[in-house]
Amino acid sequence: MRYLARRGVLFLVTLWAALTVNFIIPRVMPGNEATAVLGTLHNVNPAALHALQIEFAVNVHQSVLSSYFEYLGNCLTGQFGVTAQGVPVMTEIMSKLPWTLGLVGVATVLAFVIGTVAGIASAWRLGGRLDSVLPPTLFIVSTIPAFFIGLLLIYVFAVRLNWLPLGGNYSVGATPSWSLSFIWDVLKHALLPALSLVIVTAGLWVYSMRNNMITTVSEDYVKTARAKGLPTRRIKYDYAARNAILPNLTGFAMQLGYVLGGAIVIEYLFSYPGLGYLFYTASTNHDLPLMEGLFLFYTVAVLVCVLVADILTAILDPRTREG
Amino acid sequence: MATDAASNTATAGTAAATDAETATSPRRFTRSLLHNRKALIGAVILLVMVFVSVFPGLIAPHDPEASIYPPNLGPSWNHLLGTTQLGQDVFSQLIWSTRLTLEVTLVVSLIATLISMIIGVTAAYAGGLTDRVLTMTTDVFLIIPVLPLLILLSAYLTPGTGSLILALIITSWAFQARQLRSQGLSVRNRDYVVAARVRGERPLYIVLVEIVPTMTSLIVASFLALAVFEVGFAASLQFLGLGNSGSLMWGTMLYNAQQAAALESGNAWWALSPGAAVALMGAGFALLNYAFDEVGNPALRPLRRKRGRTPA
Repeated sequence: MRYLARRGVLFLVTLWAALTVNFIIPRVMPGNEATAVLGTLHNVNPAALHALQIEFAVNVHQSVLSSYFEYLGNCLTGQFGVTAQGVPVMTEIMSKLPWTLGLVGVATVLAFVIGTVAGIASAWRLGGRLDSVLPPTLFIVSTIPAFFIGLLLIYVFAVRLNWLPLGGNYSVGATPSWSLSFIWDVLKHALLPALSLVIVTAGLWVYSMRNNMITTVSEDYVKTARAKGLPTRRIKYDYAARNAILPNLTGFAMQLGYVLGGAIVIEYLFSYPGLGYLFYTASTNHDLPLMEGLFLFYTVAVLVCVLVADILTAILDPRTREG
Repeated sequence: MATDAASNTATAGTAAATDAETATSPRRFTRSLLHNRKALIGAVILLVMVFVSVFPGLIAPHDPEASIYPPNLGPSWNHLLGTTQLGQDVFSQLIWSTRLTLEVTLVVSLIATLISMIIGVTAAYAGGLTDRVLTMTTDVFLIIPVLPLLILLSAYLTPGTGSLILALIITSWAFQARQLRSQGLSVRNRDYVVAARVRGERPLYIVLVEIVPTMTSLIVASFLALAVFEVGFAASLQFLGLGNSGSLMWGTMLYNAQQAAALESGNAWWALSPGAAVALMGAGFALLNYAFDEVGNPALRPLRRKRGRTPA
């Protein structure tokens, strides 16, 4: 339990740090950009405007400390103010979330499964044919920035072959519905961005899973399992892989921030209207309230995933429960 | 040279397998690194890039900034990669951009490695509360998603190369600090460190003279891993228009090409060649890093076929 308690503390400290970064940046950075943004806001709910003024230190007639606590209170009760267009930040985020969740979720899970299975196979036959080709290749591929993979895919499949659309989430003029033709249209639009993300991230899993496997395979309990004459399949998956995957679980959650970052660039490249594209447009429009809301949202998303991974690790690995 | 390398890989494999100490001897280490094909390819790629960035004028046929040619030309002998929408020579831009791209990568990786070394080793050596605070700080920086933080910072920083470097350092030092800390922990109670403490040396002396030199290979590996990351990451930032759009770097070329919709409008060379250059530089650092891992950690090496194969 001490393990989970320690991770819980990390969760809270990180959350607090992210909130504080949001609060401090407008106060220490030269030239307060927020004044201009807030100046354009009219016809907004006064409570929301007040929350923004406190967040960005515009027209505040109270001490820094008291506005800091008021800001923390606003964040904890889910009041993130409104965007430069006057729409509540959370409404804006929630309307784009499904697209990113679908794209990044599917791509990440696919990459994790493919990478882990390939890593297990590669380490099991160390120095074999698969092992001498796959890890180095994927390792190199995983160092290529996601957007370049995306550019290549667009060039080949959208520009030259004209098989798939250049970007967007569904065809212009199509009306969203649950009809088969619309779902097909959405899948066609999601294929290239998802593929770019899978190609970039799968290699990381192969590499780390292979290295974990190499260590676990030489553990005593694997030798014991072999001496007992257990079937190879059981030794490989139930004894070696099950233990080798543990560090990767936490790694999976920690990597999420990196994957989400990659997804921002990919969504921008494909004009895919998810959170990443929203973040990009917020940045070009200098929509500070929306940017800070998104930054917090991304941080919380990663934090929740890390916490879930920690709980899973505690369930799967009895050693963490004792320590 | 080729036969020499081939015969040596066979002996290097058995030599490293027989005793683990060979990996720590610097001369042996350098030699097995030189006989590693991945390291060799990586080193050649990077040396060529260093040469190009030192003498761009010798290679580039035109002035990279002059917009004096017909716009959107395809590749030809005079313009190897065609021209931009503004009528600049793409190949010359690519060559001249090597310098700043390489400089930013090296400076950021170097400083970030130094910071992570100081934080990691201090945490390991000091222990107690200092360790807990530093480790917690590192973990916080690891979890906070990097690109969103950078986009947020970019709203306030004045665009320019200095801001780009600063932002990259802030967001990337944490990656290696943890690893260097755990290595520091394992060294901390070795006899020679204890001896230095008993001698009454100052902590700074112990950290810099007794501990850090034993971690050289890990520090170099950290530097290389960071360089791999920074090349791509800086380009991604610039691609989003968040860097220093005025300077000649591959990332800014990509941004300009994307803004002009070069890929869709048939000027694919302009859109793809800077990306390929970024990928190549990343691959150069990655190959070196991968080889470094293999040489430093014999268990990961593909050479030992017989020992590695598990009896089924």
